[in-house]
Amino acid sequence: MKRTTLDLWVGFFVAIGLAALLFLALKVGNLTQSSHGETYALQARFGNIGGLKVRAPVKSAGVVVGRVRDIRFDQENFLAVVTLDVDANYKFPRDTFATINTSGLLGEQYVGFEAGGDDVMLKSGDTIKKTQDAMVLEKLISQFMYNKASEGK
Amino acid sequence: MLDAVLGSLTRLGNRVTSRVQRLGKASLFLAATLLGSGTAWRRFSLIVRELYFTGVLSLIIISVSGLFVGMVLGLQLYETLQRFGSGTMIGGVVALSLVRELGPVVAALLFASRAGSAITAEIGLMRATEQLSAMEMMAVDPVARVVAPRFWSGVISMPLLAGLFSAIGIFGGYLIAVVLIGVDEGTFWSQMQDSVDFRLDIVNGVIKSCVFGVIVSWIAVFEGFHAAPSAEGVSAATTRTVVTSALAILAADFILTAFMFTGA
Amino acid sequence: MPAEFPGGKANRVSSDPSSPLVQINNLNFAYDSRPILTGINLEIPRGKLVAIMGTSGCGKTTLLRLIGGQLRASAGSVTVDGQNVGQLGNAELFKLRRRMGMLFQFGALFTDLSVYDNVAFPLRENTDLPEALIYDLVLMKLHAVGLRGAHRLMPNELSGGMARRVALARAIALDPMLMMYDEPFAGLDPISLAITGELIRKLNDALGASSIMVTHDVPESLKIVDYIYFMAGGKIVAQGTPDDIRNSADPFVHQFIWGESDGPVPFHYPAPTYAEELIRRDVSHA
Repeated sequence: MKRTTLDLWVGFFVAIGLAALLFLALKVGNLTQSSHGETYALQARFGNIGGLKVRAPVKSAGVVVGRVRDIRFDQENFLAVVTLDVDANYKFPRDTFATINTSGLLGEQYVGFEAGGDDVMLKSGDTIKKTQDAMVLEKLISQFMYNKASEGK
Repeated sequence: MLDAVLGSLTRLGNRVTSRVQRLGKASLFLAATLLGSGTAWRRFSLIVRELYFTGVLSLIIISVSGLFVGMVLGLQLYETLQRFGSGTMIGGVVALSLVRELGPVVAALLFASRAGSAITAEIGLMRATEQLSAMEMMAVDPVARVVAPRFWSGVISMPLLAGLFSAIGIFGGYLIAVVLIGVDEGTFWSQMQDSVDFRLDIVNGVIKSCVFGVIVSWIAVFEGFHAAPSAEGVSAATTRTVVTSALAILAADFILTAFMFTGA
Repeated sequence: MPAEFPGGKANRVSSDPSSPLVQINNLNFAYDSRPILTGINLEIPRGKLVAIMGTSGCGKTTLLRLIGGQLRASAGSVTVDGQNVGQLGNAELFKLRRRMGMLFQFGALFTDLSVYDNVAFPLRENTDLPEALIYDLVLMKLHAVGLRGAHRLMPNELSGGMARRVALARAIALDPMLMMYDEPFAGLDPISLAITGELIRKLNDALGASSIMVTHDVPESLKIVDYIYFMAGGKIVAQGTPDDIRNSADPFVHQFIWGESDGPVPFHYPAPTYAEELIRRDVSHA
């Protein structure tokens, strides 16, 4: 085979191979929208994080604004310390309320932000003061049954 | 009785040592290939020529298999998901299975049987017809001139082919789910984008295929270069390439998956 | 057995005053622990064409590989142009090989390259000559073997004899000082055989090279070579000029030259007597 024909075919092969990878990255992996831009770190302490995992989303009003970077246990206060990477485009007031929610009844858990009214915005390294623990299904059920039982008296 | 036990123990020991010896030989050969790669990269046309044989000639089998695997995934998974009322999740599930597992693994298996066996047969034939010896006598190192370009062409081709396999597979899943079954097109793509993560899934998939590329190319050039110089020798080496590659791909896939997708 | 030629070679090659190009001293070689060559002493004087003859599998090809440095001796030494081949590093060995040419048994042409590219291969790989000069050289070498007209063909379009000649053109591409031929006559028809034999002799003289030819073709070799070594069982058993060999009384040489089926090399593979084997009827391996 002529050298140029061969080069042409190989060029064609490499081009469609790269196009396929690009398609996977942009259209399937959604690289354009997943925030790999600037982030800033916030911390939050919870008494119980339930099934929260590293890389779980941080959502505000249902929109993903960040990801869980790290989960540690604070030996002094016996609390879970969760580090969150929040997209630098989004600022939240200092009195933002962080909750651990579940998407659907049995779905994955995520951190929810409910913005407060403070004028001062949270900045990198700050700790969110107001938090609410994860709902634990067993606790809810036992609470419900206890209430029912006390009503019945 | 004792003789029989001792005999089988000896045979077992013999097999183990010969395997380990072969692995050591293969490692040395890989090191020699990497050390001798300078020529191939300086004269890139040597690699381009081999890319034609490993890459371009694998395009058809990879594309057709990718399309069918994607369509079958679409049909089967939709069936199952529908029972849980989650038929709309089809896009994500198809894409995840392809990008994480089936793309790299099936493409590598096909690549081993299409390109790996061809590399082994070609180098083995050059060994059997003394072309490699002739090259040595012309003061040309066959590892640098013959082995290294083929090795690198395999390493380059594999991730491209695996990416193509996944992309065409996703298109196959799209054909079944959206065109045939009638899942909403927007849901299909957004479900996919929601569940597929660039770093975790796509980059890891590409890393897998690169590792498989090294494994298959390594086995193929090693078996070819060390084939017994006869017709039986070459055919036995070709078979060994396909079998060893398949086992090595699956074992490596298990190990990589364990590291990549489990634990926090 | 070599008693009939004591010191003979020294007298006969003394026409060349300088040291021999290839000198092999007390060479031993073994694959694993299986001895292939034992106690080989041999020399190739400059400008001469020397044949090494012997039965199939007696280690002739191994000897060529030892001279080319593709194998290393277990004991003894191979000296080519003053350099001990067994002790050269890779770079020095490659440098030495640029001055050697080897014709392989079936040519060993690169099947994916055309005749032209095959002959150009050693030039392109080992020199930085411009393509125009390579063109001239390649056509010159092909002309020397009478195949200038075939330079566009692929190896699979050539007959066995033509392939051998193309391989010869490739082997002489770098004008070697030492040519080695591994069974150059195997599988050739009488015409190709005569052409090849004549070419080997002519090229040796035209290049001013020295040549070693491993062969078992008696009549053709006796016509063209200057000196002959006979090998059997990994040893040199006889040596001499073609005339010496033709008139040799050595039973092995006699059997070899006249192609007799029985003699020092027996017709039967070693076995117990036929009668004994029939009585014993050991069928366990059947």
